[in-house]
Amino acid sequence: MSTATASRPSIVVDGVRKNFTLNHALSFKDTVVAWIRRRKTSSTFEALKGLDLVINEGESVAILGLNGSGKSTLLKLISGVMEPDAGEVLTRGRVAGLIEVGAGFHPELSGRENVFLNAAILGMQRKEVEERYDEIVAFSEIEQFIDQEVKHYSSGMFMRLAFSVAIHVELDVLLVDEILSVGDAPFREKCRLKFGELIAQKKTLVVVSHDMEMVRELCTRGVVINKGEVVYDGEIEGAIALVDE
Amino acid sequence: MRWRYLLYLLVRTGVTTRYRNSVLGWTWSYVRPGAQFLVFWVVLGLFLNLNRDIPNYPVYLFSGIVVINLFSEAFKNATTSIVNNAPLVRKVFLPRQLFAVSAVVVAFIHFLPQLALLLIVCLFMGWIPSVSILGVLAALAAMIIVSLFALGIGLFFGALNVRFRDAENIVELLLLLATWASPVLYAWTMVQEAMDKLGWPDWLVDIYLLNPITQGVELFHYAFWRPVTDTTLALPPDLAWNTLWTFLIAVGTLLLGQLVFRRLEGKFAQDL
Repeated sequence: MSTATASRPSIVVDGVRKNFTLNHALSFKDTVVAWIRRRKTSSTFEALKGLDLVINEGESVAILGLNGSGKSTLLKLISGVMEPDAGEVLTRGRVAGLIEVGAGFHPELSGRENVFLNAAILGMQRKEVEERYDEIVAFSEIEQFIDQEVKHYSSGMFMRLAFSVAIHVELDVLLVDEILSVGDAPFREKCRLKFGELIAQKKTLVVVSHDMEMVRELCTRGVVINKGEVVYDGEIEGAIALVDE
Repeated sequence: MRWRYLLYLLVRTGVTTRYRNSVLGWTWSYVRPGAQFLVFWVVLGLFLNLNRDIPNYPVYLFSGIVVINLFSEAFKNATTSIVNNAPLVRKVFLPRQLFAVSAVVVAFIHFLPQLALLLIVCLFMGWIPSVSILGVLAALAAMIIVSLFALGIGLFFGALNVRFRDAENIVELLLLLATWASPVLYAWTMVQEAMDKLGWPDWLVDIYLLNPITQGVELFHYAFWRPVTDTTLALPPDLAWNTLWTFLIAVGTLLLGQLVFRRLEGKFAQDL
């Protein structure tokens, strides 16, 4: 990473640990029974075991690994939804997560109202949303249904609109989790172009995906995580080769 | 305030979607307190003869009920607000207190039609010439105290509710008690008399009166019931000072609720 040292870091993950406590006792009765039998009522699962990672501004990084390796946990820690048990996560600028888009959609509201609500949830102000509203709707290509309630949308339409809102948020760091499979082929192509645009604008992009084709096209650097530890960090081709094994 | 716009949208969503897909819609905001009022009036006012002890009992009753309703609705909504917004709490980073705050604001908006009803009744009974500025201020103070208090314990139980869903049941229980722990259906003097009869110390009455909801109810009585009623019922002692104390208690509760909320917030995403 000799070229990257010149630019400022955008995300610093420093010795981050995250444990999940799994409770086996779900009720008071269970707790008493477990206590009598001298069984443990909870066990811990180490999702991340002291992870270090520095991502510089303008980099596009793919985080790869098998299911349950801690990728999504890492993304949640970077976005601030979760707090690490030890270590530190530092980010610079506005971080926006495309972690399961559409989380803030309200089924009873119309598409239009949902655009405003969701954009505000992602941190936009009224003026910003109003400025970008047309762009957002045009990108989603569902103009004719925009005043219908979202509960009547097909899942494809729903994902398009949600994705379109998320991608138009003013941001410095974009976190993408498994949502590159949105919509049909033409829409996917459009998304890919949009990501390319963001990379060209020197935005930092962190992608978690199993779609190697997409990852190869978008990212220059690959990080492979296995059981909560970084096992590879470098050229994207090497990372893909390692995961494919 | 970076999140003011979001708060505004959350409140609007809460208000507009509340009665979606229901034929009667906002009428329900009147039907529920109306039914409550009728039951209490018939049972307590007519059967148990409170009508005789407290003059103008229907107005007395209704001005108390609306305060209790404001508190119940705000408290209950705030408690469930975090769990009800689970997908957002789990995936998007934003100040989660917003959900509780918007829940309380929505409850307050639902309280306004009931307040309007009370006002109309009082206007018919000649509220205007007899009400003082102090009365209006008392009503405002009551709403502020009750809302702050509801937000405070709402934040507290809302945060607990994420890990222990027992909180919801505890809240239901507390709300059941709240109606009876304040002088809504009876007069505060009856508490005083009972204490005297039992020979219990007087400071218990003081504690009873320092309940922010009790204070809210008494302030509403002062603002709406007293001006339209010819009564010999004594004012609770230190009504003015208690307004200040209960306000401070409400603010203290809010700070405590916020503190607990901040403590537990880090675990929300994984516990939901």
